[in-house]
Amino acid sequence: MTAQLFELMLKAAGYTVVISAASIAIGLVIGILVCAAKLSPRPWLRWPASLFVSFFRGVPLLVQLLLIYNLLPAIGLTVPSIVAALIGLSLCTAAYQAENLRGGFQSVPRGLLEAADMAGLSPWQQFSRIRAPIALRLTVPALVNEAILILKASSLISVVGVIELTRTAQNLAASTYEPLLFYSVAGGLYLAINWLVAAGGSLTERALRRGRLA
Amino acid sequence: MSFDGSVILAALPAILSGLTVTLGIWVAATVLGIALGFVVAALRHFGPRPLGLSLRLVVEVLRGTPFLIQIFLLYFGGPFVGISLDPVPAGLLGLSVYAAAYFSEIFRAGFAAVPRGHVEAAQCVGLSQAQIVRRILIPEMTMLVLPQCVNMAVILVKETAVLSIIAVPEATAVISALGSQQYAFVESLFLLAIIYWGLVEACGRAGSALETRLSKFRFA
Repeated sequence: MTAQLFELMLKAAGYTVVISAASIAIGLVIGILVCAAKLSPRPWLRWPASLFVSFFRGVPLLVQLLLIYNLLPAIGLTVPSIVAALIGLSLCTAAYQAENLRGGFQSVPRGLLEAADMAGLSPWQQFSRIRAPIALRLTVPALVNEAILILKASSLISVVGVIELTRTAQNLAASTYEPLLFYSVAGGLYLAINWLVAAGGSLTERALRRGRLA
Repeated sequence: MSFDGSVILAALPAILSGLTVTLGIWVAATVLGIALGFVVAALRHFGPRPLGLSLRLVVEVLRGTPFLIQIFLLYFGGPFVGISLDPVPAGLLGLSVYAAAYFSEIFRAGFAAVPRGHVEAAQCVGLSQAQIVRRILIPEMTMLVLPQCVNMAVILVKETAVLSIIAVPEATAVISALGSQQYAFVESLFLLAIIYWGLVEACGRAGSALETRLSKFRFA
Protein backbone atom coordinates (compact mmCIF):
# COMPACT_ATOMS: atom_id res chain seq x y z
CA MET A 1 0.00 0.00 0.00
CA THR A 2 1.40 3.37 -0.95
CA ALA A 3 1.66 6.25 1.48
CA GLN A 4 -0.98 8.06 -0.54
CA LEU A 5 -3.56 5.30 -0.07
CA PHE A 6 -2.74 5.05 3.62
CA GLU A 7 -3.34 8.77 3.95
CA LEU A 8 -6.72 8.25 2.30
CA MET A 9 -7.55 5.60 4.89
CA LEU A 10 -6.42 7.88 7.73
CA LYS A 11 -8.65 10.68 6.47
CA ALA A 12 -11.57 8.26 6.24
CA ALA A 13 -10.84 7.16 9.82
CA GLY A 14 -10.97 10.82 10.84
CA TYR A 15 -14.35 11.11 9.16
CA THR A 16 -15.58 8.03 11.05
CA VAL A 17 -14.44 9.64 14.32
CA VAL A 18 -16.19 12.94 13.51
CA ILE A 19 -19.47 11.23 12.56
CA SER A 20 -19.38 9.01 15.66
CA ALA A 21 -18.59 11.94 17.95
CA ALA A 22 -21.42 13.99 16.45
CA SER A 23 -23.86 11.09 16.89
CA ILE A 24 -22.79 10.56 20.49
CA ALA A 25 -23.24 14.26 21.25
CA ILE A 26 -26.65 14.54 19.55
CA GLY A 27 -27.63 11.20 21.07
CA LEU A 28 -26.67 12.45 24.55
CA VAL A 29 -28.97 15.47 24.20
CA ILE A 30 -31.88 13.34 22.95
CA GLY A 31 -31.02 10.69 25.53
CA ILE A 32 -31.27 13.23 28.37
CA LEU A 33 -34.72 14.28 27.15
CA VAL A 34 -35.88 10.67 26.76
CA CYS A 35 -34.49 9.77 30.19
CA ALA A 36 -36.30 12.73 31.75
CA ALA A 37 -39.51 11.62 30.05
CA LYS A 38 -39.03 8.04 31.26
CA LEU A 39 -38.50 9.15 34.85
CA SER A 40 -41.45 11.54 34.68
CA PRO A 41 -44.53 10.85 36.83
CA ARG A 42 -46.79 11.64 33.83
CA PRO A 43 -47.76 8.49 31.92
CA TRP A 44 -48.24 10.37 28.61
CA LEU A 45 -44.53 11.24 28.74
CA ARG A 46 -43.38 7.89 30.06
CA TRP A 47 -45.12 5.73 27.48
CA PRO A 48 -43.73 7.29 24.29
CA ALA A 49 -40.26 7.36 25.86
CA SER A 50 -40.45 3.65 26.70
CA LEU A 51 -41.67 2.88 23.18
CA PHE A 52 -38.79 4.92 21.72
CA VAL A 53 -36.20 3.09 23.80
CA SER A 54 -37.69 -0.32 23.12
CA PHE A 55 -37.91 0.28 19.35
CA PHE A 56 -34.44 1.69 18.81
CA ARG A 57 -32.86 -0.97 21.01
CA GLY A 58 -34.91 -3.77 19.51
CA VAL A 59 -34.35 -3.17 15.79
CA PRO A 60 -30.98 -3.77 14.10
CA LEU A 61 -29.17 -0.52 13.33
CA LEU A 62 -28.87 -1.59 9.69
CA VAL A 63 -32.66 -1.83 9.39
CA GLN A 64 -33.08 1.53 11.15
CA LEU A 65 -30.63 3.12 8.72
CA LEU A 66 -32.33 1.62 5.66
CA LEU A 67 -35.71 2.68 7.01
CA ILE A 68 -34.67 6.29 7.64
CA TYR A 69 -32.78 6.45 4.36
CA ASN A 70 -35.88 5.35 2.43
CA LEU A 71 -38.52 6.95 4.62
CA LEU A 72 -37.23 10.51 4.33
CA PRO A 73 -37.62 10.74 0.52
CA ALA A 74 -40.99 8.96 0.78
CA ILE A 75 -42.34 11.75 2.98
CA GLY A 76 -40.85 14.36 0.67
CA LEU A 77 -37.54 15.12 2.41
CA THR A 78 -34.56 14.71 0.13
CA VAL A 79 -31.44 14.83 2.25
CA PRO A 80 -27.88 13.68 1.60
CA SER A 81 -27.08 10.20 2.88
CA ILE A 82 -24.80 11.58 5.62
CA VAL A 83 -27.83 13.30 7.19
CA ALA A 84 -29.87 10.09 7.15
CA ALA A 85 -26.89 8.26 8.63
CA LEU A 86 -26.46 10.84 11.40
CA ILE A 87 -30.16 10.71 12.26
CA GLY A 88 -30.06 6.91 12.43
CA LEU A 89 -26.91 6.71 14.55
CA SER A 90 -28.05 9.51 16.87
CA LEU A 91 -31.50 8.04 17.52
CA CYS A 92 -30.06 4.59 18.14
CA THR A 93 -27.43 5.77 20.59
CA ALA A 94 -29.99 8.10 22.23
CA ALA A 95 -32.07 5.08 23.21
CA TYR A 96 -29.06 3.35 24.80
CA GLN A 97 -27.81 6.52 26.48
CA ALA A 98 -31.26 7.23 27.91
CA GLU A 99 -31.17 3.82 29.60
CA ASN A 100 -27.62 4.39 30.87
CA LEU A 101 -28.62 7.75 32.32
CA ARG A 102 -31.70 6.24 33.94
CA GLY A 103 -29.46 3.65 35.57
CA GLY A 104 -27.20 6.46 36.80
CA PHE A 105 -30.08 8.45 38.29
CA GLN A 106 -31.50 5.40 39.98
CA SER A 107 -28.14 4.54 41.56
CA VAL A 108 -27.80 7.89 43.35
CA PRO A 109 -27.80 6.86 47.02
CA ARG A 110 -31.11 7.74 48.68
CA GLY A 111 -29.33 8.85 51.82
CA LEU A 112 -27.66 11.73 49.96
CA LEU A 113 -31.03 13.00 48.75
CA GLU A 114 -32.53 12.70 52.23
CA ALA A 115 -29.57 14.59 53.65
CA ALA A 116 -30.00 17.32 51.02
CA ASP A 117 -33.68 17.49 51.91
CA MET A 118 -32.87 17.82 55.61
CA ALA A 119 -30.32 20.52 54.86
CA GLY A 120 -33.13 22.52 53.29
CA LEU A 121 -32.11 22.34 49.63
CA SER A 122 -34.95 23.08 47.21
CA PRO A 123 -35.95 20.34 44.76
CA TRP A 124 -34.11 22.19 41.97
CA GLN A 125 -30.99 22.56 44.12
CA GLN A 126 -31.18 18.87 45.00
CA PHE A 127 -31.31 18.06 41.32
CA SER A 128 -28.60 20.42 40.09
CA ARG A 129 -26.16 20.00 42.98
CA ILE A 130 -26.66 16.39 44.07
CA ARG A 131 -28.61 14.16 41.71
CA ALA A 132 -27.39 15.32 38.30
CA PRO A 133 -23.64 15.55 39.08
CA ILE A 134 -23.59 12.15 40.79
CA ALA A 135 -25.73 10.47 38.13
CA LEU A 136 -23.58 11.86 35.32
CA ARG A 137 -20.41 10.69 37.06
CA LEU A 138 -21.88 7.22 37.46
CA THR A 139 -22.75 7.22 33.73
CA VAL A 140 -19.23 7.99 32.46
CA PRO A 141 -18.08 4.36 32.07
CA ALA A 142 -21.28 3.49 30.18
CA LEU A 143 -20.82 6.55 27.98
CA VAL A 144 -17.28 5.49 27.04
CA ASN A 145 -18.58 2.02 26.28
CA GLU A 146 -21.34 3.48 24.14
CA ALA A 147 -18.83 5.62 22.24
CA ILE A 148 -16.87 2.48 21.35
CA LEU A 149 -20.05 0.68 20.29
CA ILE A 150 -21.04 3.59 18.05
CA LEU A 151 -17.56 3.81 16.51
CA LYS A 152 -17.92 0.16 15.49
CA ALA A 153 -21.58 0.49 14.49
CA SER A 154 -20.77 3.50 12.30
CA SER A 155 -19.26 1.01 9.83
CA LEU A 156 -22.87 0.22 8.84
CA ILE A 157 -23.49 3.68 7.42
CA SER A 158 -21.26 2.60 4.53
CA VAL A 159 -24.35 0.73 3.33
CA VAL A 160 -26.33 3.93 2.77
CA GLY A 161 -23.42 5.38 0.82
CA VAL A 162 -21.45 7.45 3.33
CA ILE A 163 -17.76 7.31 2.39
CA GLU A 164 -16.31 6.63 5.85
CA LEU A 165 -13.60 4.20 6.87
CA THR A 166 -15.38 0.96 5.95
CA ARG A 167 -16.63 2.28 2.62
CA THR A 168 -13.17 3.63 1.75
CA ALA A 169 -11.63 0.24 2.54
CA GLN A 170 -14.30 -1.39 0.39
CA ASN A 171 -13.60 0.93 -2.54
CA LEU A 172 -9.85 0.47 -2.30
CA ALA A 173 -10.19 -3.32 -1.86
CA ALA A 174 -12.29 -3.48 -5.02
CA SER A 175 -10.08 -1.26 -7.15
CA THR A 176 -6.73 -2.76 -6.09
CA TYR A 177 -8.05 -6.30 -5.70
CA GLU A 178 -6.37 -6.53 -2.28
CA PRO A 179 -9.22 -7.06 0.22
CA LEU A 180 -7.02 -8.69 2.87
CA LEU A 181 -4.73 -5.70 3.06
CA PHE A 182 -7.33 -2.95 3.10
CA TYR A 183 -9.81 -4.61 5.46
CA SER A 184 -6.95 -5.45 7.83
CA VAL A 185 -5.76 -1.86 7.80
CA ALA A 186 -9.32 -0.64 8.38
CA GLY A 187 -9.69 -3.11 11.27
CA GLY A 188 -6.38 -1.92 12.72
CA LEU A 189 -7.52 1.69 12.53
CA TYR A 190 -10.82 0.91 14.29
CA LEU A 191 -8.88 -0.97 16.95
CA ALA A 192 -6.46 1.93 17.46
CA ILE A 193 -9.31 4.46 17.74
CA ASN A 194 -11.17 2.28 20.23
CA TRP A 195 -8.06 1.78 22.36
CA LEU A 196 -7.54 5.55 22.43
CA VAL A 197 -11.16 6.11 23.46
CA ALA A 198 -10.93 3.43 26.15
CA ALA A 199 -7.68 4.92 27.47
CA GLY A 200 -9.22 8.40 27.50
CA GLY A 201 -12.20 6.96 29.33
CA SER A 202 -10.14 5.42 32.12
CA LEU A 203 -8.18 8.66 32.54
CA THR A 204 -11.45 10.58 32.88
CA GLU A 205 -12.80 8.07 35.36
CA ARG A 206 -9.65 8.31 37.45
CA ALA A 207 -9.79 12.12 37.38
CA LEU A 208 -13.43 12.05 38.45
CA ARG A 209 -12.67 9.64 41.27
CA ARG A 210 -9.88 11.88 42.55
CA GLY A 211 -12.23 14.84 42.62
CA ARG A 212 -14.90 12.89 44.46
CA LEU A 213 -16.21 14.55 47.57
CA ALA A 214 -17.55 11.69 49.62
CA MET B 1 -46.94 7.72 1.15
CA SER B 2 -49.29 4.85 0.59
CA PHE B 3 -49.15 1.72 2.64
CA ASP B 4 -49.81 -1.37 0.52
CA GLY B 5 -50.37 -4.50 2.60
CA SER B 6 -51.14 -6.82 -0.31
CA VAL B 7 -47.48 -6.71 -1.35
CA ILE B 8 -46.57 -8.34 1.92
CA LEU B 9 -49.25 -11.05 1.69
CA ALA B 10 -48.21 -12.08 -1.83
CA ALA B 11 -44.62 -12.47 -0.74
CA LEU B 12 -45.29 -14.45 2.42
CA PRO B 13 -43.40 -17.61 1.35
CA ALA B 14 -40.26 -15.61 0.55
CA ILE B 15 -40.53 -13.76 3.86
CA LEU B 16 -40.88 -17.02 5.76
CA SER B 17 -37.82 -18.51 4.08
CA GLY B 18 -35.80 -15.40 4.98
CA LEU B 19 -37.01 -15.66 8.57
CA THR B 20 -36.03 -19.32 8.72
CA VAL B 21 -32.50 -18.47 7.62
CA THR B 22 -32.29 -15.65 10.19
CA LEU B 23 -33.51 -17.90 13.00
CA GLY B 24 -31.30 -20.80 11.92
CA ILE B 25 -28.14 -18.71 11.75
CA TRP B 26 -29.01 -16.96 15.00
CA VAL B 27 -29.56 -20.16 16.98
CA ALA B 28 -26.56 -21.93 15.44
CA ALA B 29 -24.23 -18.97 15.98
CA THR B 30 -25.43 -18.54 19.58
CA VAL B 31 -24.88 -22.22 20.39
CA LEU B 32 -21.51 -22.36 18.63
CA GLY B 33 -20.49 -19.04 20.16
CA ILE B 34 -21.32 -20.25 23.67
CA ALA B 35 -19.43 -23.52 23.15
CA LEU B 36 -16.36 -21.90 21.61
CA GLY B 37 -16.50 -19.00 24.07
CA PHE B 38 -16.56 -21.43 26.97
CA VAL B 39 -13.53 -23.29 25.63
CA VAL B 40 -11.65 -20.01 25.17
CA ALA B 41 -12.55 -18.82 28.67
CA ALA B 42 -11.52 -22.18 30.16
CA LEU B 43 -8.20 -22.16 28.28
CA ARG B 44 -7.54 -18.63 29.47
CA HIS B 45 -8.39 -19.62 33.03
CA PHE B 46 -6.63 -23.00 33.24
CA GLY B 47 -4.29 -23.10 30.22
CA PRO B 48 -0.61 -22.13 30.00
CA ARG B 49 0.16 -18.42 30.16
CA PRO B 50 1.39 -17.83 26.57
CA LEU B 51 -1.78 -19.47 25.22
CA GLY B 52 -3.93 -17.32 27.50
CA LEU B 53 -2.18 -14.17 26.35
CA SER B 54 -2.55 -14.96 22.66
CA LEU B 55 -6.23 -15.81 23.13
CA ARG B 56 -6.67 -12.54 24.96
CA LEU B 57 -5.17 -10.71 21.98
CA VAL B 58 -7.54 -12.45 19.56
CA VAL B 59 -10.54 -11.65 21.77
CA GLU B 60 -9.48 -7.99 22.05
CA VAL B 61 -9.15 -7.68 18.28
CA LEU B 62 -12.55 -9.30 17.68
CA ARG B 63 -14.20 -7.04 20.27
CA GLY B 64 -12.46 -3.89 19.07
CA THR B 65 -13.32 -4.09 15.36
CA PRO B 66 -16.70 -3.79 13.63
CA PHE B 67 -18.43 -7.07 12.77
CA LEU B 68 -18.85 -5.80 9.20
CA ILE B 69 -15.06 -5.53 8.75
CA GLN B 70 -14.61 -9.05 10.16
CA ILE B 71 -17.17 -10.50 7.79
CA PHE B 72 -15.64 -8.64 4.81
CA LEU B 73 -12.21 -10.01 5.74
CA LEU B 74 -13.56 -13.53 5.93
CA TYR B 75 -15.77 -13.41 2.85
CA PHE B 76 -13.70 -11.27 0.46
CA GLY B 77 -10.24 -11.81 1.93
CA GLY B 78 -10.69 -15.50 2.77
CA PRO B 79 -10.28 -16.78 -0.82
CA PHE B 80 -6.78 -15.20 -0.92
CA VAL B 81 -5.65 -17.48 1.92
CA GLY B 82 -7.52 -20.56 0.71
CA ILE B 83 -10.80 -20.11 2.62
CA SER B 84 -13.49 -19.88 -0.05
CA LEU B 85 -16.88 -20.00 1.60
CA ASP B 86 -20.41 -19.42 0.33
CA PRO B 87 -22.33 -16.60 2.00
CA VAL B 88 -24.26 -18.80 4.46
CA PRO B 89 -21.28 -20.75 5.88
CA ALA B 90 -19.16 -17.59 5.86
CA GLY B 91 -21.88 -15.74 7.75
CA LEU B 92 -22.35 -18.55 10.23
CA LEU B 93 -18.61 -18.93 10.85
CA GLY B 94 -18.08 -15.17 11.13
CA LEU B 95 -20.98 -14.63 13.51
CA SER B 96 -20.02 -17.64 15.67
CA VAL B 97 -16.42 -16.47 16.07
CA TYR B 98 -17.61 -12.93 16.81
CA ALA B 99 -20.08 -14.29 19.37
CA ALA B 100 -17.42 -16.54 20.91
CA ALA B 101 -15.21 -13.53 21.67
CA TYR B 102 -17.99 -11.82 23.63
CA PHE B 103 -19.21 -15.01 25.33
CA SER B 104 -15.65 -15.86 26.40
CA GLU B 105 -15.44 -12.52 28.22
CA ILE B 106 -18.78 -13.19 29.92
CA PHE B 107 -17.61 -16.65 31.06
CA ARG B 108 -14.23 -15.31 32.17
CA ALA B 109 -15.96 -12.84 34.45
CA GLY B 110 -18.25 -15.67 35.57
CA PHE B 111 -15.32 -17.92 36.53
CA ALA B 112 -13.77 -15.06 38.44
CA ALA B 113 -17.02 -14.37 40.30
CA VAL B 114 -17.41 -17.88 41.73
CA PRO B 115 -16.31 -17.52 45.38
CA ARG B 116 -12.81 -18.94 45.91
CA GLY B 117 -13.95 -20.59 49.10
CA HIS B 118 -16.27 -22.90 47.17
CA VAL B 119 -13.40 -24.06 44.96
CA GLU B 120 -11.09 -24.48 47.94
CA ALA B 121 -13.74 -26.46 49.80
CA ALA B 122 -14.11 -28.72 46.77
CA GLN B 123 -10.33 -29.22 46.64
CA CYS B 124 -10.30 -30.07 50.35
CA VAL B 125 -12.90 -32.79 50.00
CA GLY B 126 -10.73 -34.24 47.22
CA LEU B 127 -12.59 -33.37 44.04
CA SER B 128 -10.46 -33.52 40.90
CA GLN B 129 -9.96 -30.46 38.68
CA ALA B 130 -12.49 -31.85 36.17
CA GLN B 131 -15.03 -32.53 38.92
CA ILE B 132 -14.58 -29.01 40.29
CA VAL B 133 -15.29 -27.57 36.85
CA ARG B 134 -18.30 -29.80 36.26
CA ARG B 135 -19.86 -29.75 39.73
CA ILE B 136 -18.89 -26.37 41.16
CA LEU B 137 -17.72 -23.84 38.57
CA ILE B 138 -20.21 -24.51 35.77
CA PRO B 139 -23.40 -24.70 37.88
CA GLU B 140 -22.53 -21.65 39.97
CA MET B 141 -21.32 -19.69 36.96
CA THR B 142 -24.40 -20.45 34.90
CA MET B 143 -26.65 -18.44 37.18
CA LEU B 144 -24.19 -15.56 37.27
CA VAL B 145 -23.76 -15.27 33.51
CA LEU B 146 -27.34 -15.98 32.41
CA PRO B 147 -28.49 -12.34 32.15
CA GLN B 148 -25.44 -11.34 30.07
CA CYS B 149 -25.85 -14.40 27.84
CA VAL B 150 -29.46 -13.45 27.12
CA ASN B 151 -28.30 -9.92 26.39
CA MET B 152 -25.67 -11.26 24.00
CA ALA B 153 -28.22 -13.47 22.26
CA VAL B 154 -30.34 -10.35 21.68
CA ILE B 155 -27.32 -8.53 20.23
CA LEU B 156 -26.71 -11.51 17.94
CA VAL B 157 -30.27 -11.48 16.49
CA LYS B 158 -29.60 -7.91 15.48
CA GLU B 159 -26.14 -8.71 14.08
CA THR B 160 -27.63 -11.33 11.73
CA ALA B 161 -29.06 -8.39 9.74
CA VAL B 162 -25.50 -7.37 8.83
CA LEU B 163 -25.10 -10.68 6.97
CA SER B 164 -27.48 -9.36 4.29
CA ILE B 165 -24.52 -7.25 3.09
CA ILE B 166 -22.63 -10.38 1.97
CA ALA B 167 -25.83 -11.71 0.34
CA VAL B 168 -26.88 -14.26 2.97
CA PRO B 169 -30.58 -14.82 2.11
CA GLU B 170 -31.86 -13.92 5.60
CA ALA B 171 -34.81 -11.73 6.54
CA THR B 172 -33.20 -8.33 5.89
CA ALA B 173 -31.85 -9.35 2.47
CA VAL B 174 -35.07 -11.07 1.36
CA ILE B 175 -37.46 -8.42 2.60
CA SER B 176 -35.52 -5.41 1.35
CA ALA B 177 -35.04 -7.10 -2.05
CA LEU B 178 -38.80 -7.58 -2.10
CA GLY B 179 -39.23 -3.91 -1.35
CA SER B 180 -37.13 -2.85 -4.30
CA GLN B 181 -38.83 -5.28 -6.73
CA GLN B 182 -42.31 -4.12 -5.72
CA TYR B 183 -41.24 -0.54 -5.14
CA ALA B 184 -42.59 -0.83 -1.60
CA PHE B 185 -39.41 -0.11 0.33
CA VAL B 186 -40.92 1.68 3.29
CA GLU B 187 -43.66 -0.95 3.84
CA SER B 188 -41.23 -3.85 3.74
CA LEU B 189 -38.68 -2.14 5.97
CA PHE B 190 -41.39 -1.37 8.53
CA LEU B 191 -42.41 -5.02 8.47
CA LEU B 192 -38.78 -6.01 8.92
CA ALA B 193 -38.34 -3.64 11.87
CA ILE B 194 -41.47 -5.04 13.53
CA ILE B 195 -40.24 -8.61 13.04
CA TYR B 196 -36.88 -7.91 14.69
CA TRP B 197 -38.52 -5.89 17.43
CA GLY B 198 -40.82 -8.81 18.20
CA LEU B 199 -37.93 -11.29 18.17
CA VAL B 200 -35.84 -9.14 20.51
CA GLU B 201 -38.72 -8.54 22.92
CA ALA B 202 -39.61 -12.24 22.93
CA CYS B 203 -35.99 -13.21 23.56
CA GLY B 204 -35.74 -10.72 26.42
CA ARG B 205 -38.96 -11.98 28.02
CA ALA B 206 -37.93 -15.61 27.63
CA GLY B 207 -34.62 -14.74 29.26
CA SER B 208 -36.29 -13.12 32.27
CA ALA B 209 -38.65 -16.08 32.62
CA LEU B 210 -35.71 -18.48 32.53
CA GLU B 211 -33.88 -16.44 35.17
CA THR B 212 -36.91 -16.56 37.46
CA ARG B 213 -37.28 -20.31 36.98
CA LEU B 214 -33.63 -20.99 37.63
CA SER B 215 -33.34 -18.52 40.50
CA LYS B 216 -33.87 -21.31 43.04
CA PHE B 217 -30.42 -22.58 42.05
CA ARG B 218 -28.84 -19.30 42.96
CA PHE B 219 -26.29 -19.72 45.69
CA ALA B 220 -25.57 -16.09 46.46
